[in-house]
Amino acid sequence: MAMIQDARLPPDKLAAATPMSALARTEFGNPAGWAVILILIIMPLLANGFFLIEIFGTTLILGTVALSLMFLAGYGGMVSLMQLTIAGLAGYMTAVLGASSNVNISLGWPWWLATPVALTLATLFGTVGGALAVRTEGIYTIMITLAIASAFYYFTNQNWVIFNGHTGINGVVTPHFLGVDWRADIPFYYVILVVAALCFCAVSYLARAPFGLALQGVRDNPRRMAALGFNVNAHRIAAYAFASFVAALAGVLQVWNYRQISPGSVGVERAIDILIIAIVGGITRPIGPFIGALIFVLLRTFTLDFLVAIGLDGNRFRLLIGLGFLVIVLFSPDGVVGLWERWQRRNRSEQARPGGERQGEGHG
Amino acid sequence: MRQFVERHPVWALVILIAIGVALWLVLATWPPGLEDAFGKKKVFLSAVFNGITLGGLYFLVASGFTLIFGLMRNVNLAHGSLYLFGGYIGYAVSVATGSWLLSFVAAFVVVGLFGVALQILVFRRIEGQDLRQTMVTIGLSIVFADLMLWAFGGDFYQIQTPSALVGPIQLPFVTAVKSSGEAVYLQYPMVRLVIFLASVAIGVALWLALNRTRIGMVVRAGVDDRDILAAMGVRIQLVFVLVFALGAGLAGIAGVVGGTFQSISPGEDIRFLLASLVVVIIGGMGSIPGAALGALIVGLAEQLGSVYIPTYAIVVTFLIMVLVLAVRPQGLLAGR
Repeated sequence: MAMIQDARLPPDKLAAATPMSALARTEFGNPAGWAVILILIIMPLLANGFFLIEIFGTTLILGTVALSLMFLAGYGGMVSLMQLTIAGLAGYMTAVLGASSNVNISLGWPWWLATPVALTLATLFGTVGGALAVRTEGIYTIMITLAIASAFYYFTNQNWVIFNGHTGINGVVTPHFLGVDWRADIPFYYVILVVAALCFCAVSYLARAPFGLALQGVRDNPRRMAALGFNVNAHRIAAYAFASFVAALAGVLQVWNYRQISPGSVGVERAIDILIIAIVGGITRPIGPFIGALIFVLLRTFTLDFLVAIGLDGNRFRLLIGLGFLVIVLFSPDGVVGLWERWQRRNRSEQARPGGERQGEGHG
Repeated sequence: MRQFVERHPVWALVILIAIGVALWLVLATWPPGLEDAFGKKKVFLSAVFNGITLGGLYFLVASGFTLIFGLMRNVNLAHGSLYLFGGYIGYAVSVATGSWLLSFVAAFVVVGLFGVALQILVFRRIEGQDLRQTMVTIGLSIVFADLMLWAFGGDFYQIQTPSALVGPIQLPFVTAVKSSGEAVYLQYPMVRLVIFLASVAIGVALWLALNRTRIGMVVRAGVDDRDILAAMGVRIQLVFVLVFALGAGLAGIAGVVGGTFQSISPGEDIRFLLASLVVVIIGGMGSIPGAALGALIVGLAEQLGSVYIPTYAIVVTFLIMVLVLAVRPQGLLAGR
């Protein structure tokens, strides 16, 4: 718990009082934010197919999964390692219910039927898993969700009837309607962008809505919230349900992206990658997971070339990721976003020093 | 025991009947109807024995995990890496010296010292921050996994069983009766039984050390309230280091056992981490008898599951965990 409490921003009274204006001020108020939005929208003009999907598309998908973890960990104080498992289940169900080249497994439903059912099943799974996890407290959550994640991985590996064992399901058919192939690079990029943006806005909004505020209260002091008449466990389970839905959306995009899914996509290492992405980016702000995902994807894609270029073994990508994660956890618990904020605050306080008057920044 | 029977008479009866049925299944000669429905008794008995001996291995891994967790509130998610490290050390030593027993000693000492270094260099610095410690162990496990992959490659290694322990041993359990009236007894690998007995001995020794010695008393007091214990003048940091060394050393021993039973390869660390997690969730965190019971349940569930419902075996283990969490979230034998 301590880490999350350490990582929390100083209480922002103004922000809590006026939800929407605070949102506008923090996320959309500065020109840099608008510049990023503009760049994301015109990205297909700037980047070719590889960068568009392999870098930015993957970043947004992984960022959305990590966003669901950020919501649980940052606002609910529950570090869940099963978010990728939920995404994976949604992906598997899309492949199993929809059409794929494994005709003896896939049921061949049209996408508009398969996708909502897959989302529902995955959300249900995540909610039930969350209901199990909230029966215990704090660090036990991490153990239970890790156990769920690894059990699911081994299950997909040994089950041939539904999950087709370790080969997984290949050649998943992607949606094709209104005359557009939605898996073609540019339309698919916009699908991902819209989903990620909606999830981002939903999380940002929920954080300031009564439910999100109650959830943050539950994170900080469950006993007091219970005494005030809030149903602590119901809030936690509802948070799991919402986060599961976000993760499931990303899972469907993931399976459309690769057109295949196998136990490797839901492995324990992948699940831990999501935690790394969220922590490295920072779990205090919804933007954190996306920054973490960008760093992760860039590292994953270019480490090999970079390491070989400086004369080292190119296969040590995970070593680099692990060390980077350790450094962040040990030295900047609120991730890259936290580093950035502290740097900005220092700059601002240096500017403000001649005037002598500073407000609300003494307790960092 | 009597308290439990008085408080939960129905449960006690159910458990008693279950034990009775299990004993009958193991000892009796199966009637033909049962063999038709269930398969050969030999298959069942081997699965039970495999489950129990696997439980012994799981206990070795999970006891260290639960000790460290109980005292230091440190969910050591690098515990699987310590297991794998012990396995590699044991393999290297047994290849170099040809001695099986020496590989146990080496694995215990090296991995134990490694645990000491971890506790002093890393975990002491972030003491009391449970979640951050857990994150650090995740980072460490990634780094260790990659370093070991670097050093040992992706091959499977198997530690050579000493010649004295090679081969099957005949056990006094009847698997079938031949038409001539001659009984067929179960043949079982000797090394697995020896290792199982050794893990029982280690478990009993741990229990005695915790419940009958002064240092055990200090550790138990630390589990209950480490702040008060420190205030009483006990050098709690020393106790922490010792317990971490012991827990890590046990994981190292378990690595050698796993390398003899099965094999060691990258990915085994996660498998055994999962096993320890499920074992301590079922048995109760911080409890040695809980780890023993949990290990037995998980080992049996895994082996019987993989024999009778091969594609859903992991689900059985998982459902047991869910059931325990639903009925007794703190675990079957948790103290509090």
